[in-house]
Amino acid sequence: MAEVLVYVDHVDGAVRKPTLELLTLARRIGEPVAVAVGSGAENTASALAEHGAVKVLTHDAPEYADYLVVPKVDALQAAYGQVSPAAVLVPSSTEGKEIAARLAVRIGSGIITDAIDLESGDEGPVATQSVFAASFTTTSRVVKGTPVITVKPNSAAVEAAPAAGTVEALSVTFSDQATGTKVVARTPRESTGRPELTEAAIVVSGGRGVNGAENFAVIEALADSLGAAVGASRAAVDAGWYPHTSQVGQTGKSVSPQLYIAAGISGAIQHRAGMQTSKTIVAINKDAEAPIFDLVDYGVVGDLFAVVPQLTEEIKIRKG
Amino acid sequence: MSLRIVVTVKYVPDATGDRRFADDLTVDRDDVDGLLSELDEYAVEQALQIADEADDAEVTVLTVGPEDAKDALRKALSMGADKAIHVEDDDLHGTDIIGTSLVLAKAIEKAGYDLVISGMASTDGTGGVVPALLAERLGVPQVTLLSELSVEDGTVTGRRDGDTASEQLQAQLPAVVSVTDQSGEARYPSFKGIMAAKKKPVQSWDLSDLEIEAEEVGLEGAWTKVESAAERPARTAGTIVKDEGEGGKQLAEFLASQKFV
Repeated sequence: MAEVLVYVDHVDGAVRKPTLELLTLARRIGEPVAVAVGSGAENTASALAEHGAVKVLTHDAPEYADYLVVPKVDALQAAYGQVSPAAVLVPSSTEGKEIAARLAVRIGSGIITDAIDLESGDEGPVATQSVFAASFTTTSRVVKGTPVITVKPNSAAVEAAPAAGTVEALSVTFSDQATGTKVVARTPRESTGRPELTEAAIVVSGGRGVNGAENFAVIEALADSLGAAVGASRAAVDAGWYPHTSQVGQTGKSVSPQLYIAAGISGAIQHRAGMQTSKTIVAINKDAEAPIFDLVDYGVVGDLFAVVPQLTEEIKIRKG
Repeated sequence: MSLRIVVTVKYVPDATGDRRFADDLTVDRDDVDGLLSELDEYAVEQALQIADEADDAEVTVLTVGPEDAKDALRKALSMGADKAIHVEDDDLHGTDIIGTSLVLAKAIEKAGYDLVISGMASTDGTGGVVPALLAERLGVPQVTLLSELSVEDGTVTGRRDGDTASEQLQAQLPAVVSVTDQSGEARYPSFKGIMAAKKKPVQSWDLSDLEIEAEEVGLEGAWTKVESAAERPARTAGTIVKDEGEGGKQLAEFLASQKFV
């Protein structure tokens, strides 16, 4: 069976969920060989083996933390040379997409970004993408070289499938470009204790209607009652009420959770682009004419400051 | 010494309009209004600010696209860019992201550059990988997804807000930079700017000017092939209730029925 290279996104050895989803999709195409680099890379092996990696290639060097993106491209290219895979899969994070793109040029391959599904086809893997603010669904193939495909979080359910997970040291020679962009300082994001926005099963977002940074506490309380991530519309971010890293939409993050709750968000096209593929959509808005109501499975026309706290209270009661 | 800044811009279908695919599954550009991709306005803005700070700088805007793409160049010129390059060739129709990066890289090399600035992504394809592809092809540092940047003494520094950390980056010129919508509001063209733009030079290059063979680009030369494009079925109309004091409870009931609670 053909080998499929899977690039591992991890934080100090803790494998992030989109990589586990990727392993599930990789198994449809062949035998996953995982590539984990950087601090803690070896610690990823057991989680990767449990989810189907037949082999885990690891490498650590200071370059991965000290310089931007390119050392990781060098590592993935080294793994590509060692394995000669049928496809290369990378999580669709901003960095993942950059790594994948540079690798594609180096190996003379085409690239498909932000796939939301992946199937094995007669002429290689077929990727599904959601485009034009999710108004169209396309299927595409890479027709030159080895398919390089990045896959969005929440595109597959994580399935355990224990495999050998043999750990091998990857030999990497860094390119001249590897040290081109220095990371002179790094400030880790302060943990909110909530799930990561793009990975969360439930997202609660606030918009212009929240009307103030301090009022986001109402949104956060609802999110916490559901174990959800908190998002914000661009209007709320531009007003300085919530950090840009939580922005959902075309110029922020695109999310595709099981449940999306929009509170005080009218639903401009730019916002819809980032959330329209959510499975179930709920909105609370004072304006009955707000375009968000065209998308919803359930909508409440009303004041979010009355509806949201009541909802939060009711959820707490139901959850006991 | 003069600082040569090249800003890559894209002419895209208006996101607020009806975007469609043509029969050959390329983006329909003929029957749809286009404009300068909003995210590229931030790149133009940063280029102009950096040029203002430099002793001697020139801002060139570059696009690859059909005849109408000149509109995107005009907009950037009216904001204050000095000159424009339009790569236009019938054989470019259907070029994918890898091919586009090849054409842009060749054009940037031909134009001459110290700094390339791009938007974080286009508002149509939204891939966000062209800046990284350009850095790879040009063999220069990528300093991408910056929410803040400055250029001083041949060094570019900037802040990149990633998923797990915020990073301060530094690289020597020449380099490729991309900026997010947090980098700073883009200016509106003034009347004077709009009038001045009409007199600014727009160079037209075709594939032969860039020594690119037709087979390397276009639909036939593409590295990827779109096999199908289907309009997403309209959502079935949802339940909408008016809050008369019980809206939160009703919503909780719905969430429970869907097993979210």
